[in-house]
Amino acid sequence: MKVMLQHLAHCRSGDKGNTSNISVIAYEPEFYPLLKEQLTAERFKAHYAGVVTGTVTRYEVDGLGALNFVAEGALGGGVSRSLCLDNYGKSLSSRVLAFEIDVPDALRAKLHGPGPR
Amino acid sequence: MTRTVRIGAGSAWWGDRIEPAALNAAQGKLDYLCFETMAEATISAAQVRKRRDPSFPGYDTYLDDRMRAVLPPCLAHGTRIVTNQGWINPDGAAQRIVHWLRELGAKGVKVAAVNGSLITDRVLELTDRILEDGRPTRALKDSIVSAEVYLGAEPIVEALQAGARIVVSGRVADPSIFMAPMMYEFGWGALDHARLGAGNGLGHLMECGAQVTGGYFADPGFKDVPDPWNLAFPIVEVEPDGSAVLTKVAGSGGAVTPMTVKEQLFYEVHDPANYITPDVVVDFTAARLEQIGPDRVRVTGLSGKPRTPTLKVSIGCTEGFIGEDMFFYAGPGALRRAQLARRVLEERFRIVKLDAEEVRIDFLGLNAIHGAMTPPDAPEPYEIAVRVAARTRTREEANKVGREVDGMAVSGIGMTGKRVPHQDRVREIIGVWSSLVPREKIVPSINYYES
Repeated sequence: MKVMLQHLAHCRSGDKGNTSNISVIAYEPEFYPLLKEQLTAERFKAHYAGVVTGTVTRYEVDGLGALNFVAEGALGGGVSRSLCLDNYGKSLSSRVLAFEIDVPDALRAKLHGPGPR
Repeated sequence: MTRTVRIGAGSAWWGDRIEPAALNAAQGKLDYLCFETMAEATISAAQVRKRRDPSFPGYDTYLDDRMRAVLPPCLAHGTRIVTNQGWINPDGAAQRIVHWLRELGAKGVKVAAVNGSLITDRVLELTDRILEDGRPTRALKDSIVSAEVYLGAEPIVEALQAGARIVVSGRVADPSIFMAPMMYEFGWGALDHARLGAGNGLGHLMECGAQVTGGYFADPGFKDVPDPWNLAFPIVEVEPDGSAVLTKVAGSGGAVTPMTVKEQLFYEVHDPANYITPDVVVDFTAARLEQIGPDRVRVTGLSGKPRTPTLKVSIGCTEGFIGEDMFFYAGPGALRRAQLARRVLEERFRIVKLDAEEVRIDFLGLNAIHGAMTPPDAPEPYEIAVRVAARTRTREEANKVGREVDGMAVSGIGMTGKRVPHQDRVREIIGVWSSLVPREKIVPSINYYES
């Protein structure tokens, strides 16, 4: 069963110059291996195509059940130069909430939040 | 019982709320209250303002508001203050704080001003390459507004050792502001990277204020936060080994949970095993977070590696202007009218020969935030704002954006909503570049004042 990542993880974005980091944090320990396996740096970059122009590096922190994506060239040339209304990219992390994750039926009851699963 | 030091946050940026700082000062039972008030371009923006307006004192424009709110309770409870509100004039800020102390009748309170971060006049001799693109820093020669080094905690510790009750600095790395009291209280040495790693890690969790107590977090139905209109700023109870508990004043809104702490832990962090600060390289990867009570999270396992031989320099440069404005459509057909409006603007910019490095025309409500990532099948919204922005070399060119949007009032599309032109449709860009400077080339200096 495919579900949106928002039912498995929460996220936050931060800015440094023209680079945005987006953390993806599993709600439950059982979800973390699914994220780690399916949300690769390559797929993350494809999911942000058109906005992220540079390299995407993925850092894994197993102890916290979290992935940290560092996306270069994500802020339109940098916070002060960007013509984007959200020049700090504060809302960039919300894009990953729509990434589709294949979830085994056994974990269905643990998914978070309202809405279709 | 283990001795702990209680450190509270007073602000996470210049525009932050003041009331939670007053709450922490009054009810936080704090040993220290720490303020972080700068963004990347704050120093450069202050330099530009100072050039235009010599009466601008050069420190946090909310210094008076913040100090008037927190000084009485801090004096009453013996809470010391560490703050980077000095911006380009730490001495002026310290003297202004002394003024408020005198108003309050507080005698003999020592205030320290930490200088030494500003290196505008020697940045080209001290630095080599721009970190972002590898160009020599001298390529920026003609556009530099300001250059400042990110200082570490050491000069603040020195001021506390000298008896300062209030320390006000220019640019100091954000986590270091919060770690300085830990170093002073527990006698941690500047090369004790294990404890400094923990301390700077905790400083990082504190530096963004409410972002660890339920701010920048709520998502209804997924991540609910109690009373999100009444958030408190965090308090950290630190033990001598660098273990700590993150919490907030009881009865306030918000939440302190492993989830809020994890989100802040990764905020603006790239490699979580190597978070470089002036004092130490923090390793977050073995962090353990445990909910030990309501709004109480125990943080252990933060560690560190030896500090780097260099300090980071931020170089602010003038890079032209951005002109920006918007107008509106609603109801059936809002999108088709917005699309024609975009076409009209594109043609108008050609007719008036707008000389821009980049032009962006977005439909706010549809694609202004996520831009090219917006799904092609996104539903048409009921209302749309057409938002137009252009980056130009000159102010005159940037002005054309607002002037062409003005033209949309009577010469535009049917049913165009428009606001009255306001004054700030053009802003100056201060681009920020980074470089490195050898640590030993930077010698901070401290001046003391007394009420």
